[in-house]
Amino acid sequence: MNVKEIFETMEYGPAPESAKEANAWLDAHGRKFGQFIGGEFVAGKKHFNSVNPADGTHLAKIAHGSKADVDAAVAAARKAQPGWAKLSGHERAKVLYALARLINKHARLFAVLESMDNGKTIRETRDIDIPLVIRHFYHHAGWAQLRDSEVPGYEPIGVAGQIIPWNFPLLMLAWKIAPAIAMGNTVVLKPAEYTSLTALLFAEICGEAGVPKGVINIVTGEGDTGAALSTHPDVDKVAFTGSTEVGRIIRKATAGQGKKLTLELGGKSPFIVFDDADIDSAVEGVVDAIWFNQGQVCCAGSRLLLHEPIADKMIEKLTARMKKLRMGDPLDKTMDMGAIVDIAQLNTIREMVVKGVAEGATLIQPGNEDAATDAQYPVQLNAVQTMVAHADSEVAELPPSSNLPEGCFYPPTLLTNCDPADTVMQEEIFGPVMVSTTFRTPAEALELANNTRYGLAASIWTENINLAYEIAPKVKAGVVWINCTNQFDAAAGFGGYRESGFGREGGREGLFEYLKPAFAKKLKKAFEPKAADPSGVVKLDDIDRTAKMYIGGKQARPDGGYARHILSPKGELIGHVGEGNRKDIRNAVEAASAAKGWASASGHNRAQVIYYIAENLSARANEFADRIAAQTGVNKGKAVAEVEASIQRLFTYGAWADKYDGQVHSVPIRGVAMAMKEPVGLMGIICPTEAPLLGFVSLVAPALAMGNRMVVVPSAQHPLSATDFYQVLETSDVPGGVVNIVTGDADSLAKTLADHYEIDAIWHFGSAEGAKMVEEASAANLKRTWVANGLVRDWYDAEQGEGREFLRQASEVKNVWTPYGE
Amino acid sequence: MTIERNPGMELDLDWVMSVRANRSAIERRAATIGTRRTVKKDWQAAWLLKAVACIDLTTLAGDDTKNRVRRLCAKARQPVNQGILDALGVGDMGLTTGAVCVYHDMVETAVEALDGSGIPVAAVSTGFPAGLSPFHLRIAEIEESVKAGAKEIDIVISRRHVLEGNWQALYDEMKEMRAACGDAHVKAILATGELGTLRNVARASLVTMMAGADFIKTSTGKESVNATLPVSLVMIRALREYGERTGYQIGYKPAGGVSKAKDALNYLMLMKEELGREWLEPELFRFGASSLLGDIERQLEHHVTGRYSASFRHAMG
Repeated sequence: MNVKEIFETMEYGPAPESAKEANAWLDAHGRKFGQFIGGEFVAGKKHFNSVNPADGTHLAKIAHGSKADVDAAVAAARKAQPGWAKLSGHERAKVLYALARLINKHARLFAVLESMDNGKTIRETRDIDIPLVIRHFYHHAGWAQLRDSEVPGYEPIGVAGQIIPWNFPLLMLAWKIAPAIAMGNTVVLKPAEYTSLTALLFAEICGEAGVPKGVINIVTGEGDTGAALSTHPDVDKVAFTGSTEVGRIIRKATAGQGKKLTLELGGKSPFIVFDDADIDSAVEGVVDAIWFNQGQVCCAGSRLLLHEPIADKMIEKLTARMKKLRMGDPLDKTMDMGAIVDIAQLNTIREMVVKGVAEGATLIQPGNEDAATDAQYPVQLNAVQTMVAHADSEVAELPPSSNLPEGCFYPPTLLTNCDPADTVMQEEIFGPVMVSTTFRTPAEALELANNTRYGLAASIWTENINLAYEIAPKVKAGVVWINCTNQFDAAAGFGGYRESGFGREGGREGLFEYLKPAFAKKLKKAFEPKAADPSGVVKLDDIDRTAKMYIGGKQARPDGGYARHILSPKGELIGHVGEGNRKDIRNAVEAASAAKGWASASGHNRAQVIYYIAENLSARANEFADRIAAQTGVNKGKAVAEVEASIQRLFTYGAWADKYDGQVHSVPIRGVAMAMKEPVGLMGIICPTEAPLLGFVSLVAPALAMGNRMVVVPSAQHPLSATDFYQVLETSDVPGGVVNIVTGDADSLAKTLADHYEIDAIWHFGSAEGAKMVEEASAANLKRTWVANGLVRDWYDAEQGEGREFLRQASEVKNVWTPYGE
Repeated sequence: MTIERNPGMELDLDWVMSVRANRSAIERRAATIGTRRTVKKDWQAAWLLKAVACIDLTTLAGDDTKNRVRRLCAKARQPVNQGILDALGVGDMGLTTGAVCVYHDMVETAVEALDGSGIPVAAVSTGFPAGLSPFHLRIAEIEESVKAGAKEIDIVISRRHVLEGNWQALYDEMKEMRAACGDAHVKAILATGELGTLRNVARASLVTMMAGADFIKTSTGKESVNATLPVSLVMIRALREYGERTGYQIGYKPAGGVSKAKDALNYLMLMKEELGREWLEPELFRFGASSLLGDIERQLEHHVTGRYSASFRHAMG
């Protein structure tokens, strides 16, 4: 086409970014890579191929990490850890700063290599991925500098095993490595098998940046490599980003190993457009939500919820907008969309779209009207021969299906008229496919938004601040974007609710994923008191007292109709409690679920209730002290001290209830990113054996203060302090259902709670075996767990027994982004 | 390409008041226009030539003289060195700028100087740039310029009507100005830098179109903030919406501050992406610019010779 013709057609021509430097780098390594262990590249034994999904070209041979490689890497990390942790914050900061600077210097090489390896467009790697990577290292260089002053009383966890996905290869590496090493941990990171190259380039610059040997280790490989890493006995912390399916496997496999775990998993995030939104901007938001990175984004707004008055208009505008999207050679600077990472992923996407259409959805794929029938035939392409993107024409602007780029590409797709029951509305597609439905009212929008097992992100479009802030706190998502979407920054936490995983990355909240309290190493194994043999002596009160369970604000008999004997240390019968079973737990969870008001009660209101509990406990202090003495055999003085400590603890959380503030993060937009503290939701709490009253109060009070509702299982041996306590709750204005108490065999009740799909978090202060069981069972819905692993805290010590650690475990951090400007 | 003129419509205040413009979202979109698209090599040359064809070559200075205006008109006839055009293979295309834009007093001179070229003369009018002269004089000014041969009239709106929320007054004023233009096309200058908010820009865009504007134009070039991509996005989305509802195509003219070839390409890409190919013609798109052409000439020479250019190598206007 000559200038004159172009002057008439006004088409975009090819604008290729050169792959020359990236290819030279690959060639310089003989297109074959080893493992980065202990600061050196170690040749691999077995290899697999890394392929450019856009054109099927072979990029390099990547070493398939074996168990021995993982062992060597973990050993190198272990060896390096004490020295790294001992460095001053400033020394660590200098290394992180150097990493940021070096990535910046090689920014274009990273960007091109990433695009070739993953198939995403050069625009995205150049303008989004790599700048965010640099920002992450800069930001965490700062946290390394500030750690000692800003988070005193905490230590690094040790060796972190980190497993990352292929959708943002280098960015996920940064999210994992930067906070870990800033806090003084050392790491072994496994990149995704499709996309190892930028991690290897990163490994290469570690030396230049002065990263001490062994602090950062990169082991490439496949699923078995990741499994070896995540379950390695010498790994203290596992951080995983990837599918919910694999997250569940990791949760189960690491159960009981005492590893700290964070999971960033899948999502089906709602994109809600109200009738007063700037519709044109919302359309552009959809582009950024689901056609960004070919929709291969865990937090992609992938469920479009449209207010009925504007639904048709929005779909019309979206359809028009889709025609303008250009798809083709990812290294072409004029492309909006590149290649899908792999044929396997492409086939999954096609199958999901076919299913969606079969279930009644209307397919909108401008320019590809035959897609519905096309898609019925899974692609079976010889990747190397047939993947050729046609980048030199305007094909993507109005492509008949035959003109779509061949190979690993899938066009922007919209499925309308979907219903919540449709597979495509429930399951993550992880491709450029938006599904949509309509709603009538804000309340219905919220219901639809939360009608999912996931809870990663949400995007809300309205020009009405009242509406935006009505919805934001109520949507179950770790990140909420108001009038924007897919905003990320190192200073703001990112992470999900529900089956989207747990833990946060970024921001102050993300630091704690790589820290543990300094006292943790001093904790001792619990002394498991042997259950006393019944002596036959009966020391019941004059008038028989029946300790019932406490469910929904009412005293309840056990469903099974059995009671268990409670004995003193000497074996005397001192009382009975109900023998709780599965149904009692079910009833208690239902009661807790119904007690919705507590979550939205004001901090002041919750404080009042907690102080009132303290007041009423104080009034009956003597009676509670006697009960403690009777159950545990401590002398009266010690028993009185436990009651007094419990009253003080209640005061502590009465104090905290309206003071555990959120934050406004300093993110680089004109706007605010508010890290709001929210209750976790429904909690299962398994109380420790030691300190029957103080242990109970130390767990229930922070959960209450943060607005949670709970099912509490008291110490199996000493439950009577807890059953006495419901009378205090009853007289203290605690709404029915907020605290439910179920007595019985702690481990079997814990199992039912850990299995329960509606429970959001479980605290287990019991044996190591119990902890393993709880962690394993929690995989069902990926609830948060906090387990003692059979170690005992000193509940009288304020550092160990109360404070921010408890509040953090009792709350979620939701980051709400609100750009502004008129 | 002939465009059916917008006859205007009744003032629809419900529509006007329902517009939304989320500034942050608009800025994000505007910021990625130039990063999602680019043109290289021959494509860049062709696009730059298109930009030339859409320039309203402008002089609006107090010290303008007839000779100065004649010189500008000569430049409009031959905006790019013939040797460069020949090298690009477009030497026979008769490339000119879209129009020459002057004050009323220079209309006659410009019309004479452009005689036979087919290049229209545009006159800024209605008490440009502030628009605060007596209303009857503003209307008379339009009529005088039309009589003098101006084919296009760039009027300025009364910013106070927007700031006071007096949409009816804005509508009436615009309607009368449109009537005074007769067959001459009217471009409504909103002076967006003085309207305070993007929502006001969107509302004023709609009201002037409802009153019969053929083009909407950002600025006089005399405000402290002139054409920007975010403001452009708001205005062209408004005219797109107007077109969808009424069927009439409205033109767009960013003015002031567009001085680099790269900026011009961004504007063209914005038009293509948001509106489509049709808005890449002078019938529907103009740049109001005085120094833009010089930068484009240098880029074109670089394209042809592979050597960076110097401004003195190109004829001044």
